[in-house]
Amino acid sequence: MRSDALLNEAVRGPSGPRKHRMLPSWVATTALLLPTYAWLTLAVLLPLLTMFVFSFMSATPMGKAPITFTLKHYRAFVDQPYLLNIGWTSLVIGFWTTLLCAIFGFLAAVALARATVGRMRETLLILILLPFWTNGLVRVFSWTMVLRENGFLDNVLHMVFADAGSISFLYTRYAIVLGLVHGYLPYMILTCYIALVTIDDAIIEAAASLGARWWTILFRILIPMAAPGLISGAVLTFVPVIGSFMEPRILGGKVGVTMGTVIEDQFTQAFNWPLGAALSFTLLAVVLAIFATFSGVLRRGAAA
Amino acid sequence: MKQIGRIYLLVVLFFLYTPIVVMMAMGFNESQLYELPFTFSFRWYDALLGNKQLLTAGMNSIIIAVITSVLATSLGTLAATALARRTFRGKSLLQLLLLPPIAIPWLITGTAMLVFFYWSGIGRGMHALLIGHVALAIPYVVLVVGTGFKTIRADLEEAAMSLGSTPIHAFFSVTLPLLYPSILGAALFAFAVSLDQFVISYFLATPGYSTLPVQIYSAIRKGFTPEINAISTLLLLGSMTVILIFARFAKPGDTSDKR
Repeated sequence: MRSDALLNEAVRGPSGPRKHRMLPSWVATTALLLPTYAWLTLAVLLPLLTMFVFSFMSATPMGKAPITFTLKHYRAFVDQPYLLNIGWTSLVIGFWTTLLCAIFGFLAAVALARATVGRMRETLLILILLPFWTNGLVRVFSWTMVLRENGFLDNVLHMVFADAGSISFLYTRYAIVLGLVHGYLPYMILTCYIALVTIDDAIIEAAASLGARWWTILFRILIPMAAPGLISGAVLTFVPVIGSFMEPRILGGKVGVTMGTVIEDQFTQAFNWPLGAALSFTLLAVVLAIFATFSGVLRRGAAA
Repeated sequence: MKQIGRIYLLVVLFFLYTPIVVMMAMGFNESQLYELPFTFSFRWYDALLGNKQLLTAGMNSIIIAVITSVLATSLGTLAATALARRTFRGKSLLQLLLLPPIAIPWLITGTAMLVFFYWSGIGRGMHALLIGHVALAIPYVVLVVGTGFKTIRADLEEAAMSLGSTPIHAFFSVTLPLLYPSILGAALFAFAVSLDQFVISYFLATPGYSTLPVQIYSAIRKGFTPEINAISTLLLLGSMTVILIFARFAKPGDTSDKR
């Protein structure tokens, strides 16, 4: 601290910094920020705005049909009740994926924080996170190799029970959830791990020395203290999962109809862009509501 | 107890890597229908060499990733400099504006880009993909470089300026060399984000111009052959390498004071 003060004094000197012909500071700041924010405006903000306008149009403005503005696409859930089922399916898939990620991810984070040290911990953490930063599409495709009839899973089964039938469950909702858990588990492990390493060992040792059993330590100390990590992990899993479309398509086949695939269809097959836009914004509203509910937790998680 | 924890971690790793390993192994299996027993063969890698469509898409992916990496790193580093070193009004709003590309599901961002690019006449294709990829990569660059700034003392730059250096010269001769590992890490990260990006590319690609993940997706949906395993293996190994190098350069937990 003292040396810093001395340094600063030496820096400023008796006459202050030497004068340069300097532009006003706001010009420099603007010049630094402008390229990035102009780019983000062009690529993200204007598109979202345009899509919002599109969501009120009566039809895709491609042909010569006159365009009027309407709210009917936001009534889609009332007008087309099958959408309610699909929305429900998406929520159920999102719920199970998040729950399974939370349980297995939290336990893995506990194991990482309590049962490993040093080099081993570092290596394990990198190995766990590595798949997360590789192509999600390829990882989903990998599961078809395991789950398909006569795939890896069936072969392992037949090695044990030679004449067992097939337990292939590709093209079911279980397969979708499994693929999604595989995709987001590393993220959950990371957020829980970051929250868990900040817990002082002394607290746990004190509890143990006073006779607390492992489940008491887990439910009374670890889970409450790591709750922020658990919640931000859950939010950051649930949000992308309810918007997913390639996982349900590839692993779910015919049963893989979710909000994500319905929206994709409106843009690539049905060419009903206004409906797709309205469904996207309904989804976005759900996402924003989730973020708003947990924003305090997420901010603390980001600061940690 | 510790033993159980370690065994559990091994089970988790087994779960994470089994499908990937099985997929990779099937790329070396002779049978077109993925039938076992396993017969080792380079057949599908040979076939890949003759598959113009996949190779072109792969080349496109790499070119897009390189350009994205250069652009996103340059722009993001400038923005990170302003956000880390300058005080101005509305800073927290600007920081908030970095979130949409990360936090909004890509399905929504991608379809929004499709609608806007169509409506405004920008269209689809390579330039559209670039606009999208750079926008997705910028927030990560600002994050990584911003973390780098936290490890460098601001008074070094001030010292240089008081000794007669211009702000620009001080930035290039003092701050930039210290920031170099973070910037390189950010560039690698942007490269990996672009290389693995599928959703945005899917909506902005045209029949004549697409990237590897888009081609892989259409191949999976049409009915696939082990060629897809071969190219997927290459893509996976490529991005794993990039991420491992990134982990080496920008140690996320490293907050040591660099002087």
